[in-house]
Amino acid sequence: MNAKFLSYLIKRLFMALLTIFLVVAITFFVMHAIPASPFSSEKAKSDTVIAALEAKYGFDKPVPIQFLNYLKNILHGDFGLSTGWVGNTVMELIIGGFKYSARIGFTAGVLALVLGVILGSIAALRRGGPLDKFIQVATTALVSMPSFVMATILLLIFSLKLGWLPSLGNQPGGLILPIISLSLYPMAYTTRLQRSSMLDVLGQDYIRTARAKGVKNSRVIFKHALKNTLTPVITYAGPMMAYILTGSMVVENIFSVPGLGRLFTNSMLRTDYMMIMGVTIFLATMIILMNFIGDILYKVVDPRIDLS
Amino acid sequence: MSETKKSFKNPISLQIDPALFEKAGDEEKAQQVTMRESVSFTKDALRRLRKNNIAMISLFVIVVIALIAFIVPNFYPYTYTKQDVTAQNLAPFQYSVKEQAQMEKGKSVFPHIMGTDALGRDYAIRVIYGTRISLLVGIFSALIVIVIGIVYGSISGYFGGKVDMIMMRLVDIIYSLPDVLIVILLSVAIKDWVAASGSSLVARLGAGMVSIFIVFGLLYWVSMARQVRGQILSIKEQEYVLASKAIGASPARIIRKHMIPNCVSVIIIIAAMQIPSAIFTESFLSFLGLGVSVPMPSLGSLASDARTGLRSYPYQLLFPALAIFLIVLAFNLLGNGLRDAFDPKLRN
Repeated sequence: MNAKFLSYLIKRLFMALLTIFLVVAITFFVMHAIPASPFSSEKAKSDTVIAALEAKYGFDKPVPIQFLNYLKNILHGDFGLSTGWVGNTVMELIIGGFKYSARIGFTAGVLALVLGVILGSIAALRRGGPLDKFIQVATTALVSMPSFVMATILLLIFSLKLGWLPSLGNQPGGLILPIISLSLYPMAYTTRLQRSSMLDVLGQDYIRTARAKGVKNSRVIFKHALKNTLTPVITYAGPMMAYILTGSMVVENIFSVPGLGRLFTNSMLRTDYMMIMGVTIFLATMIILMNFIGDILYKVVDPRIDLS
Repeated sequence: MSETKKSFKNPISLQIDPALFEKAGDEEKAQQVTMRESVSFTKDALRRLRKNNIAMISLFVIVVIALIAFIVPNFYPYTYTKQDVTAQNLAPFQYSVKEQAQMEKGKSVFPHIMGTDALGRDYAIRVIYGTRISLLVGIFSALIVIVIGIVYGSISGYFGGKVDMIMMRLVDIIYSLPDVLIVILLSVAIKDWVAASGSSLVARLGAGMVSIFIVFGLLYWVSMARQVRGQILSIKEQEYVLASKAIGASPARIIRKHMIPNCVSVIIIIAAMQIPSAIFTESFLSFLGLGVSVPMPSLGSLASDARTGLRSYPYQLLFPALAIFLIVLAFNLLGNGLRDAFDPKLRN
């Protein structure tokens, strides 16, 4: 690890932390710009009760002080108390939901990347052939379909019409459909990335040299080409994370998975402001960190890339 | 005189001897006239685009969808709000008992091409209105992105130095903000604000729509700004810009007259790519119940409502799903075609 890389790492980390701070600030001030009090929607409450509740949650203090308190608390992992699910802290609920979302999201992400790399490479190696054409058409169709359309159509076909898979997430095998519906879009996207990157690498001089030396075809592809094709795919990891996490909001609702996405949409229905803030910050942090890791990996994997 | 003309004072003199030249005739002049019109860059790109069958079909599909979405509601016999309790959840081309009775009396009843929904509203007109919303969101977001992206990118690129550095840092930060989360957050916040303010236009559009446009204005222009800036940075070094500066043109004029016309390909490509992603975002929010406000339909909210009767009335999902798929697919393919036509270097 040289000095240039270290300075890049520090600069990039600083940017990531700054972005997280900005998300926290935006979230906080947007939610505090709302005219209604979080307790005003609840019925049969006297002003004294509301005042007491506001004092309990610290809402009676000036907004900048509240912001500093909020910042201090989230650094300790304390996102406050949920008003929609009384008796739970926001952090408990987030962790509870994240267990499901992480399982679905991680599997979907890995599935998308692995299948995407394989399919994209095959398409590039069979360039112009019927298989390549089929993959091109299929991926073009898949990237034009929103996640909720994909999920509902899969639900309709495989669970309601054919009855092969359960429609609810808590049944055995119930996570298969959510995983598939989340992974199809990133898979198609990865396939297209991998195809063009593979075509690019296969046209390079060192591939021709390797072939001229008489290296076996499989060795050229796996040893010389594949490694160099992966850089664009790695940079896609961050945006893919963003897609999967936001996509899980609709997919978890459709398949009734008690994950983070469903928690988020439910907290909007229950106007649970602490929860909305907590989940937004949590999800945004995950996305920003993933982008950070993707960028760093990109530089580690391919030392040719200019760090300036 | 003629003698002096023939003999040079100095054989290696470069002085031109007029006697060696003669006037060009009309025929010879005609040869110099360009027979073919000069082809500008845009014309050339459009010619390439016209040759691309997939892109032209996509353009045709978009035009047809747009015509249906904006013209048909004007004379369609049903409205998207009209409820009819006797005609709930009809299948496509099915008539309710009341309508059948009317038909027996000899009255003509316009068929429900896509059936009706759970409240007895004609589904076809609701899908058409949803399509209209999707197209409007796509086009307006492209306009917002074009205006802000060009102004920001060209200022940053033209002035360079410290101005550029600060402006691009800001772009970097905005670029890394998770946009969908911010849209959701804003629409949750604006929903309450809309309810409190009571402005009729905002209320009709719905909190989701307002927040979508705010977020497009705040966040989505960054990739356009980046590309325009990069383009401007390279154009700035060209001689014609130097010449323009030398005769005293103002920066605004140079940006307007020389730089932006040379950024056209980048602007068209990015704007075309922006449209499907904007349509995606709107339908996603409407599906979550954050988009347009009821009873205004959107393709996302139609698909969401269809989930309750999915087993019995799957066509209520399929029609909006098909509509959104067609729109996004057509815009994606047209975008690819535009990219190939306007930026031949990117083609592989």
